[in-house]
Amino acid sequence: MMDIIDLKKKAAEIRIRLFQMIHNAKAGHTGGSLSNTDILTVLYYHTMRHNPQEPKWVERDRFIASKGHSVESLWCILADLGYFPKSELETFSQFGTRLIGHPNNKVPGIEMNTGALGHGLPISVGMALAGKRDHKDYRVFCLMGDGEQAEGSIWEAAMSASHYKLDNLVGIIDRNSLQISGNTENVMGLDPLDKKWEAFGWHVVSIDGNDIVSLMETFNSIPYTEGKPTLIIANTVKGKGVSFAENAIGWHHRVPSDEELALAIKELTEQIESLVSKEGQPHE
Amino acid sequence: MNKIANRQVICDTLMHLAKDNQDIIVLASDSRGSAAMGPFAEKYPNQFVEMGIAEQNLVGVAAGLAHSGKKPFITSPACFLSMRSIEQIKVDVAYSGTNVKLVGISGGVSYGALGMSHHSLQDIAVTRAIPGLAVMLPADRHETKKMTEALVHYDGGVYMRIGRNPVEDVYESDDYDFQIGKAVRLHEGTDATIIACGETVKVGLDACALLAQRGIRTRLVNMHTIKPLDTEEIIKAAKETGFIVTLEEHSIYGGLGAAVAETTSQHCPVPLKILGIPDEPPIAGKTAEVFNHYGISAGNVATIIEEGLRKEG
Ligand SMILES: Cc1ncc(C[n+]2csc(CCOP(=O)(O)OP(=O)(O)O)c2C)c(N)n1
Ligand SMILES: [Mg+2]
Repeated sequence: MMDIIDLKKKAAEIRIRLFQMIHNAKAGHTGGSLSNTDILTVLYYHTMRHNPQEPKWVERDRFIASKGHSVESLWCILADLGYFPKSELETFSQFGTRLIGHPNNKVPGIEMNTGALGHGLPISVGMALAGKRDHKDYRVFCLMGDGEQAEGSIWEAAMSASHYKLDNLVGIIDRNSLQISGNTENVMGLDPLDKKWEAFGWHVVSIDGNDIVSLMETFNSIPYTEGKPTLIIANTVKGKGVSFAENAIGWHHRVPSDEELALAIKELTEQIESLVSKEGQPHE
Repeated sequence: MNKIANRQVICDTLMHLAKDNQDIIVLASDSRGSAAMGPFAEKYPNQFVEMGIAEQNLVGVAAGLAHSGKKPFITSPACFLSMRSIEQIKVDVAYSGTNVKLVGISGGVSYGALGMSHHSLQDIAVTRAIPGLAVMLPADRHETKKMTEALVHYDGGVYMRIGRNPVEDVYESDDYDFQIGKAVRLHEGTDATIIACGETVKVGLDACALLAQRGIRTRLVNMHTIKPLDTEEIIKAAKETGFIVTLEEHSIYGGLGAAVAETTSQHCPVPLKILGIPDEPPIAGKTAEVFNHYGISAGNVATIIEEGLRKEG
């Protein structure tokens, strides 16, 4: 298993790769992919039980990207883990590709086709319910957007998950406080988000969703309450890791120019180098 | 090369009309950017309602506004508007008879490589089967302007679908007679007829030019209103030209081609070829790539007509 520094390096490498991919395709959801990179890195390289050689292994933990538009980080991670050849990343968003701008379950490692917001949690409830009925101990992780919380289907699913006591279900909200049109609280206010989920019968934890250590510890503690689904409010920065994309509305689906790509690679490479120079020192 | 997208034209037109008509209200679902409605929201904050990413509530609220005398124009991606909210459209708009204009943006395959979740290729089929709902697709920016103006004065539910990117003009200007439910003949001919709607009208126009070079006189009918359908124009095409090709950015099931077939088969059966997206998740690609892949191109249409006429002798 990877240690903390390895995971941080991995997250920075994934960010470089996804930036290159979006630049190459001239299409992509840059901001949301950068904000969820740390969450996906910890899930795929630390928390989840899964096997790239056997994508349909029945005992695997399931991951559902309900915010399917942030697929770039996911494609990079699945390729890195060997679910499909890394070279295929070059085809992202190109004519005839299977690596489209949303999860596509023709690709090994993807469970379900998502992209229309508000679908992931109902699907995840079904998977978790099947796990309970079959006495399996796999877990289901569902990553949602915060703007996505406006969809009514999420709250229908939230109600059913606590009704069926699905403590094998983990909802994660990428709480970057931005959606396409601006700040979530201006577009359609969500707060107090934690109280809403608690009222729907979930165990809610709020953490720094760009902090690898908090993510590891939180995922290690699941379920917090027996018989209750867990909801993690992962407070993140949209565009995380690339200074000019951080908290910038336009970077929801902006495509980097040549200069911006070079600058992003420089910044992320420096982050990796500073981690390497810290290696050998005691972990924080 | 036209650089003005139809969504831009809708915003400009509504901004112009909203000044003197305070009942016009634009609603969005985190879609004001994609709908190019940012300027409207800025200029008329009292006539703009943001609903967030909640398309069912979006249509329900618009129906309530309409019931209270407002003229709501919803601008939301066609894929979500015509699918997620279809029950609100059927019951709250069409059945209850509320005056809601549903503008489906980024329609057809305009979202390119974003996949089937983002394509709207069943929207014509489902909306045109709902009693009391009109269905329209403008061919270019000029028609978009005329249609938007007409919708402001039309009392009743309408689903209007446009694409994302600018399309080449098929009209020289907006100086022509536009009527809801009245098809426009854009090219005269007696050998065969192309009936098209939306962005495929341009493909039809190019096909007519290719065929003219080969001595084949093709009629082009722009069926901008799929419902109420101009059946008279279809019957004329069948009787006068004897061979019809339909073109649409939609599934080959249930769309314009089906509507034409329903008419010809019952009134004056003639050979008919329906060109559209086949019954499969569309291949990933830009609009032009996808169109070419499925033969929605001037060259292919010309070949089909040439071969069809040869067979008929
Ligand atoms: C049902 C549906 N409506 C609208 C969209 C278009 N859309 C894609 S991403 C997005 C904004 C998402 O914001 P958020 O959930 O906050 O995601 P993030 O900030 O992580 O990118 C919207 C409106 C969609 N994909 N699905
Ligand atoms: Mg967000």
